[in-house]
Parts: sequence; structure tokens; C-alpha cells
Amino acid sequence: MDKVWVLAEQSAGSPSAIALELLSKARDLAQQVEAITYGAGGQLAAATLGEYGATKVFDAGDLGDSLPGPKLAAAIAALAASEGAPGAILVGMTYDGRDVAARLSARLDRPLLTNVVGLAKEDDSLVTEHAIFGATKVLKARFTGEGPGIFVVRAKSFAAEPSSSGVPETAALDLPDAGATDAAKVKGRHAEEREGPALDEAPVVVSGGRGLGSAENYALIEELAKLLKGAAGASRAIVDAGWVPYSHQVGQTGKTVKPTVYIACGISGATQHMVGMKGAKNIVAINKDQDAPIFSIADLGVVGDVHKVLPKLIEAVKSRS
Amino acid sequence: MNVAVCVKQIPDPAGELSLTPDSHTLVREGKLMMDDSDAYGVEMALQLVEAAGGGDVVLMSMAPNGETSGLRTALAMGAERAVLVSDPALAGSDALGTAKVLAAVVKRVEPDLVLAATESTDGYTGTMPVQLAELLGWPSVSFAKQVSVAGGAVNVRRQTEAGYDEVTCPLPAVVTVTAGVVEPRYPSFKGIMAARSKSVEQLSVSDLGIEGSQVGATGARQEVVSVQQADERQAGEIVVDEGDAHERILAFLEQVKVL
Ligand SMILES: Cc1cc2nc3c(=O)[nH]c(=O)nc-3n(C[C@H](O)[C@H](O)[C@H](O)COP(=O)(O)OP(=O)(O)OC[C@H]3O[C@@H](n4cnc5c(N)ncnc54)[C@H](O)[C@@H]3O)c2cc1C
Repeated sequence: MDKVWVLAEQSAGSPSAIALELLSKARDLAQQVEAITYGAGGQLAAATLGEYGATKVFDAGDLGDSLPGPKLAAAIAALAASEGAPGAILVGMTYDGRDVAARLSARLDRPLLTNVVGLAKEDDSLVTEHAIFGATKVLKARFTGEGPGIFVVRAKSFAAEPSSSGVPETAALDLPDAGATDAAKVKGRHAEEREGPALDEAPVVVSGGRGLGSAENYALIEELAKLLKGAAGASRAIVDAGWVPYSHQVGQTGKTVKPTVYIACGISGATQHMVGMKGAKNIVAINKDQDAPIFSIADLGVVGDVHKVLPKLIEAVKSRS
Repeated sequence: MNVAVCVKQIPDPAGELSLTPDSHTLVREGKLMMDDSDAYGVEMALQLVEAAGGGDVVLMSMAPNGETSGLRTALAMGAERAVLVSDPALAGSDALGTAKVLAAVVKRVEPDLVLAATESTDGYTGTMPVQLAELLGWPSVSFAKQVSVAGGAVNVRRQTEAGYDEVTCPLPAVVTVTAGVVEPRYPSFKGIMAARSKSVEQLSVSDLGIEGSQVGATGARQEVVSVQQADERQAGEIVVDEGDAHERILAFLEQVKVL
């Protein structure tokens, strides 16, 4: 495969973690790795994208009040027509990445594979890995038709490793008129207050589930997370119940986390939850039901009441420092 | 205002799921049910039509066998009618093939708004609705946490990495809704009775003027290479709290050097 494109999301000049993971992987797959980026700060991000393997960075610039999907799909399709299509296009399974990949797939009339967690070159095709049935099975798949194949990859599937490559060439990416598809406009952006490290980058994640009993008790999770310099996560049950925002959700339809320690408090261990945290180096679970499925993957399982164990643990951590 | 809702009928997710040995696609025999994730779209549609002071909620579904039990659930919630594209040629369709079929249905139904879940429970590809929007040449807003319609536009609070965006989009449009956008109602007894006589129009792929090669396993242009057992994590030490389990956790955290 000669060339691979990576859709590299960035914010104010900092590439997202998944952009760097994808670039690192792309280096194994092709000689030429090119990044496509957008948003204010794209020029600034180019240097870092180069460090992780991009030889060329196409920057679409600030999208104004447009959503990324329609404009970028139109731009990438036009780029494929003018520069020649790459063998593969790698996109992160993020809110915007999914939209871009979906629109691009329809535009180019190419299928896509999503929820990719592994990618390897076999003969001259790329074989993907997908964790299915609650990650109890690994399914491998590949495209059989004409390229470019569009691969939508889950976060934390690959390690981000800088390479020795130099400063990338940069080029402006023209944004063609995407017509009616671009009619949705962002009127306001709201950032939720969040202290400490991001959930999917924190070395420690403390998550709470329905076993906490009430929304107020989530404060225990937040306090412990803060003391351990970690992030607070949640099961979908308490996100759906409105106790915490969706951005805290760990699992199949939430974030994938791979911290050094994951502490599950009052979480049963449904397959859809475990998919998102099974990759943690160490797992601690506190649950009052000794038969809770979470114990089957816990390195340390505590059969106990979170209302009793958590306050004592918090005190113990506090008095240590 | 007329709203079309994509409703997927799936095998019971709480049951034992399996893949066919030859094509490695999900076994979809027996009774299918409405994907729980779609209940949010159906409820949202019912509420939007009511707020608009009239119109219909039409369900759109695609299934290889003529299954309608999942659609009956959504009809019992209050949807007016359903269009089911059912054809053996659809077996093995991917998200893009499904979007092509549903795009043809949208052109017949001519709704003002199409609602769908962000992803299905069984396949969770998570791209079909936006592929549908692109094929129709429509705008879309994905990951809606809140939806309202006013003055020919849909206003959406869209989930983002940092929080949420307020997005305004003229109709017609496709919107995908997250769980929690509304609380789905349970079908009432009256609703269940009424659903029995509601119309489920059944169409084949050729009725929609779509070539068989565009859909099904051929149209998907992808294959499963293998399915293997994943490496399993082993259970470690289990302690029963006697009032001192926090000390054991503390020691563990020190051992793995996060303290
Ligand atoms: C398509 C789909 C996608 C999904 N995606 C996700 C996802 O991304 N993430 C996710 O988390 N879930 C997801 N789910 C939901 C998942 O199936 C479970 O419903 C959910 O994870 C359960 O959350 P929970 O463990 O908090 O609640 P429960 O399953 O109700 O478990 C609560 C646990 O708390 C314990 N408990 C109760 N009281 C106490 C106490 N005082 N002290 C200690 N323990 C106590 C109980 O023993 C029980 O084990 C998904 C489901 C579907 C169908």
C-alpha cells in the first residue's frame, strides 16, 4: 500500500490522542502517511502530526459554524479525485469522525468498517479486528472491493509513538461547497466544567454505577478520583438516569479506557460496560453481590457495600498524604 | 409535520447471540424485537408531531424475513403506519446498503424529518443515518441529547467531546438521538390492540428500483476472515469486607504505584 490518509482531529493546535494513535499505526501500513486536519490551530498541529509520522498535512482550516461531516467529506472526496485515492483512510470513532466517515462512504460509494480495534497488513489487504459479544470473541474482516477502504477505529486501539521523521509538508485543503448537506449550523458551544485529566487519558479511573444508590453519592466517586489524580467514570445505567453527563460513560457506547487502575464501584459488569474497561492494567471492583460478573475480571474484588468502603478508603488515602 | 423513524428489528440482545458458521453474520432466526435504542426515536417523533399540532409518525424498517413484531411494538406506542422492506436479497447488507434502501423509502414517504438511534444494539456500526442523509443530499445532526422543532428548522443539543453544541438545521434533515433524549412510553393495552390493525406496507428491493447487487452480501463488499475466542482476563483475589477492605485496596494501589 503506497499511501494512507489519517483524519487528524485537533483542538487549538493539539492533536487528539487518537489522531496520534492512528498516525503511529499508519506508519506500519504504508510508506506515505498523510494527515488531514481542520479547525483553528491546524497549522500549529502540523508539527506534532509530523512527529508521529505524517509526511504531509492537509489543513482545511477553521470550519466556522459548520459541522465537520459534510464539508470534510466533500473536501476529502475532491482530494481523492485530484491527488489520487489512498489505499486506506483511517478515522477515529469520535462524534465528528463518525460523521465524516459516514458521509465520505456514501459520497465515494465505498463501504466502511467501524469499531476497529486492530489493523494489520496481510498480503496486500488490510485485515481489521473487532471485539464482539462483549469482547469475548475477536472477529477479523476485510474489504473485498475497490478501495479506498474507510476504517473507523476505536480510541486506544494502538499505541501513539513518535517517529524520527522530520517536518511535514503542509498544504491548504480546499473546502468545496457542500450545498444543502451543510445547512446545519452551530449556534453555541458549551464546555462542561471538568477538573483533572480526561477520562480516556487518566492513569486512574474511578467509576460508579447504580449500586451508589443515588446521584448525590457520586460525590464519593469524584472525591476518590480527585485524590488519586484520576478521572471519574460511570456506567450507562447512571448516565441514562441523569446522575452524570454522558461524557462520563465507559463502555461500548461510551469511552474506552485503559488506565493503570480502574476502580468499579457498584457496577455489575455488563458485557457492554466491560468492553470499555477490560483493557485496564489493573481492575479493582467493589460490589455487594459476590456473584457480580465484574468480579470475573477483577484483580482485586471486594465484596462489600460502597457506602461503607468508599468513605473509609477516601479517609485512608487522605491521611496518607 | 411528518416524521419518519428508522426502527431496527433485532434478536433479543439478552439472549445467546451467535454467528452463522459460513457467512459469520448474526443469526437472525426466530422472533425479532424492536431495538430498545429505537424507542427513543419513536417517542421523540410522537412528541414532536404532537407539539407541531398534527402529522404522522411513519416507521421505516428493513429485514431479510418479513418480520413485523418489532414494528408492532412501535405502532403500539402510537406510530401511524410502517414501511417494511423485506427481501431475501437483503441478507448480509452493510450500513451503506441499508442506507441505500432506506433512502429509497424516504423518497416515497417524503417526511420532514428522519429520526434514528445513534447506533443499533446488535451491529452498532453507528454510521447508517448519516450515510442516509448524504445519499438524500440532506443535512444531519448526530448525537442529539435534546430536540425541538420551530419555524421549519430542528434545534438540537448535540453531544460533543467537551460538552454540547446548540445546532440549528433547516428541514428536511436526519437527526440521531441518544438514549436519554426522552423517556419512551410503554405501549398501553389500547395501543397494543390498535397496532394490530395498523398498516405495515411491505416492499421488495425491486419495488424500490434498487439493483440487487447494491445491497446484501454482494453490495457490502467486505468479508469476515475469522472469528476467534478472545484472551480472557482471570479473576484475582476476592476479599469480603469485614470493615477493613479499604486497607487492602490501599495496599493494592500502592503496589501498582498509583499512590
Ligand atoms: C446497546 C447497548 C449499549 C450499552 N452500552 C453501555 C456502555 O457503554 N456502558 C455501560 O456501562 N453500559 C452499557 N449498556 C448497559 C449495560 O447493559 C448495563 O445495563 C449497565 O452497564 C448496568 O449498569 P450498572 O452496573 O451501574 O447497573 P446494574 O447492572 O444495576 O448493577 C448495579 C450493581 O451494583 C451493585 N450494588 C447495589 N448496591 C450496592 C452497594 N450498596 N454496594 C456495592 N454494590 C452495590 C449490585 O450488586 C449490582 O451488581 C449498554 C446496553 C446496551 C443494550
